[in-house]
Amino acid sequence: MSAIYAAEHITKTFGHGKNQVQAVKDVSFALEEGQVTTIVGESGSGKSTIARMVLGLMPITSGKLIFQGKDVTHLRGRARTEYWRDVQAVFQDPFSSFNQFFTVGKLLARSMRLVGREAGQKRLEDALGYVGMDLSVLERYPHQLSGGQRQRVMIARALMMQPKLLIADEATSMLDASLRVNILNVLKDLRDGLGMTVLFITHDIGQACYLADRVLVMEHGVMVEQGKTDEVIFNPQHEYTRRLLADVPKLHEAIHLEELHETLEPR
Amino acid sequence: MGTLVDARNIRGVYYTGAKDVVAVNDVSVKIEEGQVLGLAGESGSGKTTLGSIIALIARPPLHVEQGTLEIDGKVQELGGDAKVPRTWRGAVVSMLPQGAMNSISPTKRIRHLVYDVVRSHDRKVSKDEALDRARQRITTLGLPARVLDAYPHQLSGGMKQRTVTIISTLLNPRLLVADEPTSALDVTSQKILIEMLLEMLEKKIISGVIFVTHDLPVLRTVANKIAVMYQGRVVEMGPTEMMVDSPKHPYTQALMSSVLAPEPKYSKIRIEGMSSFDRSLFDAPAVIHR
Repeated sequence: MSAIYAAEHITKTFGHGKNQVQAVKDVSFALEEGQVTTIVGESGSGKSTIARMVLGLMPITSGKLIFQGKDVTHLRGRARTEYWRDVQAVFQDPFSSFNQFFTVGKLLARSMRLVGREAGQKRLEDALGYVGMDLSVLERYPHQLSGGQRQRVMIARALMMQPKLLIADEATSMLDASLRVNILNVLKDLRDGLGMTVLFITHDIGQACYLADRVLVMEHGVMVEQGKTDEVIFNPQHEYTRRLLADVPKLHEAIHLEELHETLEPR
Repeated sequence: MGTLVDARNIRGVYYTGAKDVVAVNDVSVKIEEGQVLGLAGESGSGKTTLGSIIALIARPPLHVEQGTLEIDGKVQELGGDAKVPRTWRGAVVSMLPQGAMNSISPTKRIRHLVYDVVRSHDRKVSKDEALDRARQRITTLGLPARVLDAYPHQLSGGMKQRTVTIISTLLNPRLLVADEPTSALDVTSQKILIEMLLEMLEKKIISGVIFVTHDLPVLRTVANKIAVMYQGRVVEMGPTEMMVDSPKHPYTQALMSSVLAPEPKYSKIRIEGMSSFDRSLFDAPAVIHR
């Protein structure tokens, strides 16, 4: 397996002089093709800043971003539009990311312009199929859809580009627990069925555990730990990761770490 | 331990012109002195509406068609044109609305809000007196007194939420209705806020809490009793342990099984979510545990 995307020593600084804030400090990571990588961290840890830099929505202060072997650190204009054919995103709020006067069909038709009308219609049907919706949704207005349905339309919109990399920035945080699982399953199916690479950003370690192949942990702009999901979540090395895990409210009785290790011993 | 709040047969309807939406349909809940009742359910299940009816802040288009509220043995009729004494709001029952921490005036210091809240119930109170009361309360609960002189943007999300929680209980209400108080916070701030709420109960600043949230793991850490709402009705209610470990109603079971915890088994299995409207869930009879 090879890395489709790599970030090398990226740093983001906001403000000047006394008010300078380093939101992301010297972070390096790689995204393996066909895997789900999750960034977890508290509010203000810099996880969304990373997502916006990867998308090219925000200039980076220093460091290098590499996509499929090409340097994409400072893309502009047409080159950046090309880049967005391969890298797409779904954001947190499914309630404010729609134009409420457009039907879903009209909304998706706008993305169709990028791929051409004939190919577009086919892709539109495919994309809605992946997220488990039928074509009747095209005539609906956003207010006629539930939060979970809206978020699925947003994923379908991103999928129409048939991106190689999908970035989901807190895409499930505003949904009810029962609908949240559906969206996570859609992402799982995209990985397993299409081999899509997903960068999933969340503050919820439970979701990371369910979905991710790899986990990156951020604290105050610094990446404190990264590795396979099982290793990071069930055998955390860094003090911060342990604290974060200890603070997660558990539905059932807390599992003792020692017991956990026993169950994880290689057979 | 006696019963603190007994809300009976509450029916809340939104009059929207085209059609009436029954958001709360004949719901009864009880809270014991010193306890926390968790109201759980998905978006649109009616949990916030029930919370605001009990907090006595129902306003058009929401109309309370029937229901009585009994607090400390005093009975208050809620339905129809019943007049609720002004002194009950804030002083007997207090509401901490969803997103309260983002509603503090950004151009005023916190102490301005404190003075406003206290004075609206006690015309004669002086500024110093109100602030002294708040300062004392804030330090008792382990927050630095300097928050009173801060502007909202100078406080972190967790700090702001703790501050508005303290301010909403300055008048020593018997019952606090907290609507999604932890939903916008990260896990560490959630834990601190919950510890503070439990400390307030222990110190008898408040005598009972209705904790409205969709976050079941949080409810497990804070609530003594959980009521699960679905389409305007309570489908199951009982002690927290029972609700979490052996739910009886199919909707509660589905809700509990869709919670994702950072536990090893969750990385191996696939959980099927629910579709929004499943008739079998709606038709199943309600389960109320003793």
